[in-house]
Amino acid sequence: MREQLLKIIEKNSRIDLKELAVLLGVEEIDVVNEMAAMEADGTICGYHTLINWENTSIETVSALIEVRVTPQRGQGFDHIAERIYNYPEVNALYLISGGYDLLISLEGKTLKEISMFVSEKLAPLDSVLSTATHFILKKYKDHGTVLDKKKSDEREMIIL
Amino acid sequence: MRNPLADKVVEIKPSGIRKFFDLVSEMTDKDVVSLGVGEPDFDTPWHIREEGIYSLEKGRTSYTSNAGMKELKQEICNYINRKQGVTYNAANEVLVTVGGSEAIDVALRAMLNPGEEVLIPQPCYVSYDPCTVLAGGVPVAINLKAENEFRLTAQELRDAITDKTKVLILAFPNNPTGAIMEKKDLEAIAEVIIEKDIFVISDEIYSELSYAEDHVSIITLPGMRERTIMINGFSKAYSMTGWRLGYACGPANIITQMTKIHQFAIMCAPTTSQYAAIEALKNGDADVAEMRDVYNQRRRYLLHAFKEMGLDCFEPFGAFYVFPCIKEFGMTSDEFAMKFLETEKVAVVPGTAFGDCGEGFLRISYAYSLENLKKAMERLERFVKKLREEQK
Repeated sequence: MREQLLKIIEKNSRIDLKELAVLLGVEEIDVVNEMAAMEADGTICGYHTLINWENTSIETVSALIEVRVTPQRGQGFDHIAERIYNYPEVNALYLISGGYDLLISLEGKTLKEISMFVSEKLAPLDSVLSTATHFILKKYKDHGTVLDKKKSDEREMIIL
Repeated sequence: MRNPLADKVVEIKPSGIRKFFDLVSEMTDKDVVSLGVGEPDFDTPWHIREEGIYSLEKGRTSYTSNAGMKELKQEICNYINRKQGVTYNAANEVLVTVGGSEAIDVALRAMLNPGEEVLIPQPCYVSYDPCTVLAGGVPVAINLKAENEFRLTAQELRDAITDKTKVLILAFPNNPTGAIMEKKDLEAIAEVIIEKDIFVISDEIYSELSYAEDHVSIITLPGMRERTIMINGFSKAYSMTGWRLGYACGPANIITQMTKIHQFAIMCAPTTSQYAAIEALKNGDADVAEMRDVYNQRRRYLLHAFKEMGLDCFEPFGAFYVFPCIKEFGMTSDEFAMKFLETEKVAVVPGTAFGDCGEGFLRISYAYSLENLKKAMERLERFVKKLREEQK
């Protein structure tokens, strides 16, 4: 049940527990317990909303920043990662294999705010060797959801 | 001028669904919720569509061999072996057809002599009866019962067999009832089939949509593979209805004759679709499982909704239909469906569209989003409540 439950709430965290129980064919209390257990063990990390900010009056700029760093003795990348992810404007941070080490997803109000972050906060960090900032021009798909596209039912009537 | 038409064709009644859908399509109201269509609401998985696109880009636009591409036939055999543990020879025991529906037609035409009877358990998909007539056979309905969860029993089968009976059509998981036949049910009828020496056309197009346990095909039972044409296709499992691709597997002597009809009437199944189908069989298992989970959730939702409103419905374990009983309202299925459409703007199909014994039932398809189903169930609850109050 756990896997199916997660699949449903990953796409619809607002679904009510009673309905969830019906869809999964279990008792409501089992759903409540399972979700509580997963919240406790950190499997469920939060219930967020996917927002297409382009449709609002709030202007945001997002960027992906590739960072090359020197890992530190005894701590690997974890220490420098923590330094970086503690900034509230950092949306996501990943350790990456390949040509660079860390990938930052950053949200800012303006271009300037992002460039300030890079030049004043990120680049001066001792272990940061280099950065490359990519501004996001358009989001087509986020969290498995195609933004800005409404699907309509185009099936025609057929004898079946 | 002489009458240009064949009596046999003119005499075929138009499908009951058609009449009803014509009405629905006339309703321009945006608020109409249809639960009428029996086709998946998912798009074909992208990796499958992509194979179709690649095949076009590479210029694979010619015919394939009549019975279908060798690689596809081999993948079909692998799939059946994986699912049912039964082996077919790709060279002469498989025919790739234009949808499962062509396979039904061709099988009947290959097997029937004039006047031979075909047993058709009803309620069922609408084309078995007319295809039998067009093939020169005589359709004989077996009326299945709600108390048996619309499964075919050995007794019902035995009672219907005459010395003219040639073929039994077996369509489980079933459209429109959602009924399934489990192994024990199949064993009971297989005994009669072998004893009476008749053949089976087993339409298993909904085989992947089986929610209690994995689908069991009658070909797995001793003595049945050699007297069964097993039909399946890509429409329901992989959500590929528009690609029009199905297949039939069976003993070489029957498949050879079916291939003859197919090659003269159709030449070969669409090439693009065959390329896509290879990808579906090779890498599509996860997609099937994912869609099945979603259907199953909707199925549970509908059954729960019926229970809440006190509407009688047996639990169907297959396909994507539920078949609730509306006998308590003292209306025919037609009247109920019509009134429901008029007052609540929800389209469901009257059970009688699938045979006389569908009277008193409705077919509700859950190949629709949960939001649509919810909207429809709210309206059904309101409608049912009103009818019950009027009855008092």
